[in-house]
Amino acid sequence: MKILLLLSVVPDTTSKINFTADQTEFDKTGIQFVINPHDEFGLTKAMQIKEKTGAELHVVHVGPQMNESVIRKTLAIGADKAFRIDVEPKDSFFSAYQLAEFLKDKDYDLIIAGKESIDYNGGMVHGIVSALTGIKFVNAVTGLNIEGDKVTVEREIEGGKETLETSLPLIIGGQKGLVKEEELRIPNMRGIMMARKKPLEVLPAVDAPVMTEYVKFEKPPQKAAVKLVDKDNLDELIDLLHNEAKVI
Amino acid sequence: MSIIIYAEQSGGKINKSAKELASYASALAQKLNTEVAAVSFGAEDPESLFQYGVNKVLNVTDEKFSTFNAKAYAQALMQAAEQNEGNILVVSSSNDSLYMTPLIAGAWQSAYVTQVISLPENVENFIVKRKAFSNKAIAHVKLTTDKKILSIAKNSFGLKEHPVEGSVENFSPQVDDSVFEEIKVVKVEKASGKVPLSDAEIVVSGGRGLKGPENWGMIEELADLLGAATACSKPVADMGWRPHTEHVGQTGKQIAPNLYIAVGISGAIQHLAGVNSSKNILVINIDPEAPFFKAADYGVVGDAFEVVPKLIEKLKAFKQNS
Ligand SMILES: Cc1cc2nc3c(=O)[nH]c(=O)nc-3n(C[C@H](O)[C@H](O)[C@H](O)COP(=O)(O)OP(=O)(O)OC[C@H]3O[C@@H](n4cnc5c(N)ncnc54)[C@H](O)[C@@H]3O)c2cc1C
Ligand SMILES: Nc1ncnc2c1ncn2[C@@H]1O[C@H](COP(=O)(O)O)[C@@H](O)[C@H]1O
Repeated sequence: MKILLLLSVVPDTTSKINFTADQTEFDKTGIQFVINPHDEFGLTKAMQIKEKTGAELHVVHVGPQMNESVIRKTLAIGADKAFRIDVEPKDSFFSAYQLAEFLKDKDYDLIIAGKESIDYNGGMVHGIVSALTGIKFVNAVTGLNIEGDKVTVEREIEGGKETLETSLPLIIGGQKGLVKEEELRIPNMRGIMMARKKPLEVLPAVDAPVMTEYVKFEKPPQKAAVKLVDKDNLDELIDLLHNEAKVI
Repeated sequence: MSIIIYAEQSGGKINKSAKELASYASALAQKLNTEVAAVSFGAEDPESLFQYGVNKVLNVTDEKFSTFNAKAYAQALMQAAEQNEGNILVVSSSNDSLYMTPLIAGAWQSAYVTQVISLPENVENFIVKRKAFSNKAIAHVKLTTDKKILSIAKNSFGLKEHPVEGSVENFSPQVDDSVFEEIKVVKVEKASGKVPLSDAEIVVSGGRGLKGPENWGMIEELADLLGAATACSKPVADMGWRPHTEHVGQTGKQIAPNLYIAVGISGAIQHLAGVNSSKNILVINIDPEAPFFKAADYGVVGDAFEVVPKLIEKLKAFKQNS
């Protein structure tokens, strides 16, 4: 079996988000980049399948050279080989198009993505890849079990979950639940040493259509200061919720 | 041209987010001087959309479509768009919509923007605002293709009535049986009776400050009293005190209720990322320095085990009197 992880590289979850002076671009200064948390669940799941079945695990990322340290981290955790498509993505469609081109002469059985990148929160690159390649797709996946030809997938729905039966090849958009939190892998010294010798191939980008344009960014409006209510005067709180906020 | 919306349902009835989509699409249609057609898969009350400006409901009654199938629904919507010269598609941000819609964006080769919170100011250059960086920023995005797809962030536009005289038509999309065979639903599990988190107007949420799962009785009681859903912080779900489906935040669900009540939650940046779009936030925390107070509208500094039961008493009295 061959598995491919679609890797999105995002600012660390504690990052303060700022933009360049003209508010047109995300300011990367001082930002620590990490594996997209939803992809991290997928990476661990892929490692578990690899250890059980001897599958080969590749990673692909569309992004600039500065993201290679994060790609190396996936190799240190245990992926066998990585590809970087050398371009700063222009929008989600553009990234999906690069990935679909990459997949043209490949034969992966399982393609694991995250349900969304936590930076732009698009939630669409992997789904568009499915549309462009015709490979089946399940999103918001919280459980995956592969027994021979039979693939059972659990996905989150509004207010519950759904179990699906399908087959390979398959693309999944993974999220929390795919593996347990405590199973998440972090690189160890041996892994980091080995990762240095693993192949990281840089591929040129292809011309691809761009459908959207980020014109500018702004910070959400600041909240007014909190109204504190004394714990012995909860009638006031109820009055505020009823008459001011009008929520009860 | 026309605007197509995917009208979802809960328990057979057109749901609130579908009505919000209708409100959005109808406002957009007025700017563009066009009409709104909704596609519904067997809802019992398609007429309820007329109140929100939907001119036509294309109702799919074929049994094959009785459970959601992303690819089949995507094809149905594309056919509906074709029949009605629909070049703008508006969907919600539900799990189903977010699953189905990229398939349409790929097939149409069109712009698709999620987390949208505004109408385009000017329909000529079509720039909409969207949430980005897990609610830490707002981006202005221009859709540059003829066909356009918008996924609207929940509770960002609200319900706006605009009654029109509409019609309901039977709609029979042509989808190959193989599409239904590829991915088959074998089981659906839904928590019954409880208010689903994603639809809730009010959410009562508990954190590590509640000390243990045995103390959630008062959280549930408060939620019941308010007709609210319950949620929790990440460590609470990780420790198994509450189910994972209740975890909100950057790596959990992102919600935007009218009122979010946070009890014994410190307000870490990753938690806020999932809840700071709430219209109103009430924080109950024993520590006046808890960071959550900075993001709150209302706050009570105090011990949850004292404040919550008192609040329940007061609310009961309030309900009796009103
Ligand atoms: C990559 C990453 C992703 C993350 N994603 C998320 C996420 O999606 N969602 C999320 O929630 N967290 C997330 N976290 C974790 C986050 O950083 C915090 O650790 C977490 O939100 C803290 O949960 P808490 O507020 O319940 O607990 P604590 O931080 O321990 O806070 C407990 C609070 O309860 C108060 N308290 C104690 N006793 C009482 C009492 N008797 N009455 C009233 N108040 C009391 C305390 O003053 C304190 O403020 C993430 C972290 C990382 C690194
Ligand atoms: N630049 C990228 N390179 C490779 N995979 C990506 C890239 N961007 C997004 N993905 C994958 O697509 C998923 C959804 O991303 P997004 O549409 O950006 O929210 C991510 O979790 C990744 O698995």
